[in-house]
Amino acid sequence: MYIRATGNISPQKTFGHQPWVDAPVAYTTNRLACIEPDYKEFIDPKQIRRMSRIIRMGVAAAMECLLEAGVKIPDAIVTGTAYGCLEDTNSFLSKMVEFNEELLTPTSFIQSTHNTIGAQIGLMLQCNNYNNAFVHRGFSFESALLDGILLLKEKEAANVLVGAIDEITNTSHTILNRLGLYKQGPVLSLDIYKTKTKGTIAGEGASFFLLANEPSATDYGRLKGLHTFYKPEGIAAIEKQVLSFLESQSTSMKDIDLIITGKNGDATSDETYRQLLQTVFTGKDSINYKNLCGEYPTASAFALWLAVNIVKTNKVPAVPEYTGSAENKIKRVLIYNNYLGIHHSLFLVAAC
Amino acid sequence: MNAPVYVAGTGIISAIGNNVAECLDALENGRAGMDQMHYFDSAHRQRLPVAEVKMKNEELAKLAGLPKPKSRTALLSLIAAKEALNNAGIENLTSLRTGFISANSVGGMDKTEKFFTQFLTDNNKGRLRDVINHECGSVTELVADALGIKDYITTISTACSSSANAIFFGARLIKNKMLDVVVAGGTDSLTKFTLNGFNTLMILDEKFCQPFDENRRGLNLGEGAGYIVLVSEKVAATLKKKASVVLSGYCNANDAYHQTASSPDGTGSFLAMTGALKKSGLQPADIDYINLHGTGTQNNDIAEGTAIKRLFDPKYPKMSSTKTFTGHTLGASGGIEAVFSVLALRHGVIYPNLRLQTPMKDLPFNVETKFTRNIEVKHVLSNSFGFGGNCTSLIFSKV
Repeated sequence: MYIRATGNISPQKTFGHQPWVDAPVAYTTNRLACIEPDYKEFIDPKQIRRMSRIIRMGVAAAMECLLEAGVKIPDAIVTGTAYGCLEDTNSFLSKMVEFNEELLTPTSFIQSTHNTIGAQIGLMLQCNNYNNAFVHRGFSFESALLDGILLLKEKEAANVLVGAIDEITNTSHTILNRLGLYKQGPVLSLDIYKTKTKGTIAGEGASFFLLANEPSATDYGRLKGLHTFYKPEGIAAIEKQVLSFLESQSTSMKDIDLIITGKNGDATSDETYRQLLQTVFTGKDSINYKNLCGEYPTASAFALWLAVNIVKTNKVPAVPEYTGSAENKIKRVLIYNNYLGIHHSLFLVAAC
Repeated sequence: MNAPVYVAGTGIISAIGNNVAECLDALENGRAGMDQMHYFDSAHRQRLPVAEVKMKNEELAKLAGLPKPKSRTALLSLIAAKEALNNAGIENLTSLRTGFISANSVGGMDKTEKFFTQFLTDNNKGRLRDVINHECGSVTELVADALGIKDYITTISTACSSSANAIFFGARLIKNKMLDVVVAGGTDSLTKFTLNGFNTLMILDEKFCQPFDENRRGLNLGEGAGYIVLVSEKVAATLKKKASVVLSGYCNANDAYHQTASSPDGTGSFLAMTGALKKSGLQPADIDYINLHGTGTQNNDIAEGTAIKRLFDPKYPKMSSTKTFTGHTLGASGGIEAVFSVLALRHGVIYPNLRLQTPMKDLPFNVETKFTRNIEVKHVLSNSFGFGGNCTSLIFSKV
């Protein structure tokens, strides 16, 4: 299937289809916040005021994607989010505790449900079609994408809008910090792979894709395959999954021009990737992406966005670890990501 | 892609019973599960009845076979999912590709609420183990790990239609030959967050709810979990106890009208029911029973009723809302009602819509008020509609 259009709001200047990531935005904290666009072009100002930040980001990324695709009403809308609308949840929960279950208003409760963004997109488009929301931690985006792939395969839809949305809030950042997820002390986002310290950097994003059965002149690339696996037992099990995935796609490692890894700067987590780069991925050009967008459960959507942009433009962002040369055409990209070592995913992307 | 998907097992825990047999007995004898709050604690204790599972967390953990009580949502889920798997009696489960597709609306919120009371006084306070399973997906993983399922695991959350979506997503994974067996359904426990949310929307009934009654006042919240075990034709052929029910139709549509209210003519409901019928190749007249979404709110019942009128007039199937027994269990309701639908087909029974006094004036049909046994039920339509306009209908058929 084809990826016809994208819309991506991230901690990089990815929105508005600008020339991208030639000069990555660097951060000096362990919290990378999205660079938000002027929403007025995409959402009615009256509605913007009512929406919380994550809803605005999700809806705007979806609208940009549909505009680029030239699709008014998609045949299906599928979203993935691990945490859902955290700010709304936090707001309702805090007031409920503070006022002992009295004096509450419904707005933040209404917006706290996990399907709010998909529903808001459906509502704005007056789209009565299939609408679903997956909320499974580091598999949220992959599950949404699989649903989209199957809808196309089953001929239930000719095109599907698939997106991933997750936000960091002050509360979630505080709690996840306490759980030890992030680096402490001074941090340089672009240099996280140089450190050998514990923890990663927090990220967030809203990334949407328009998947279609038929090719069009403006396609970014083709999504050839997707595979997920849960809690593999050791590195050998991961290697086996990688190789059997490639085999199932009737391809092999020699046909892969670039690997995008989910390295996140955490010494323990990166060890898995380091080992794989010496075994199944050996000799392959590779780049990482979480120094650009941070770590979050649906970060693999940023990787997919990166992959389709790379195969479309044949340009790799200005990252130091890339050893390949621009003269080599990049036709096939393999993304390997894992979240907390629990949720592993593989995506195979090809140029059109 | 059109191979049938069989229902091999059912499992349930709700306010009317801790397993399928207890729930069926309560349905047969008209025992509703609503009451004053006994286990769940809220400032609205005196005013709002709820439909609780009649056990403490410690007792649930024991029943689930877990050493320590986790989120109540996970405990309910594990109990019902285990029953469903036992009921299916698949012998060589470990050699098959098995998935767990579960739904819930607020994950481990029951524990997060506890965490927040401490956390709000001081951000360094609150026990992290109370917030670590906040995510919807964490609840699913606690259960999947306890069941030993790892081939495919995911969680769906589309408010009150969540578990209906989980069921048919599971069926599609089998149809697409990705999995052989799927445990699919949903779970939700009562939480202050949800109770207060619905309270601000002013759609909670201070008495026991009366769905499809002219004088209905709102819904009663409930808790529970319901799962069915879906299997491929190949697996079905190996079962000792023959699977007699298939998931024959399904459809997900969106009302696209309002974040929390249904359109007056029930556009989304109509599209979901029509789509499910089309998928199953059945005509409206083939449906013997509709397990209504039937929450008891002014808005839902007239929207759903209007859509039914448009689709079924003049020949109506028997209909009832089993939420008159279980309360509205939100993310679990599609799973619980799928189990009731399968039981209606297996046992040839139809459930009453309790407490009906005055049928709705604007609708030309009546809902069932009595338990009916010994009748042939071939096709059952189960409706689940939710916030965000998410509408899903499933059709189960006897083979």
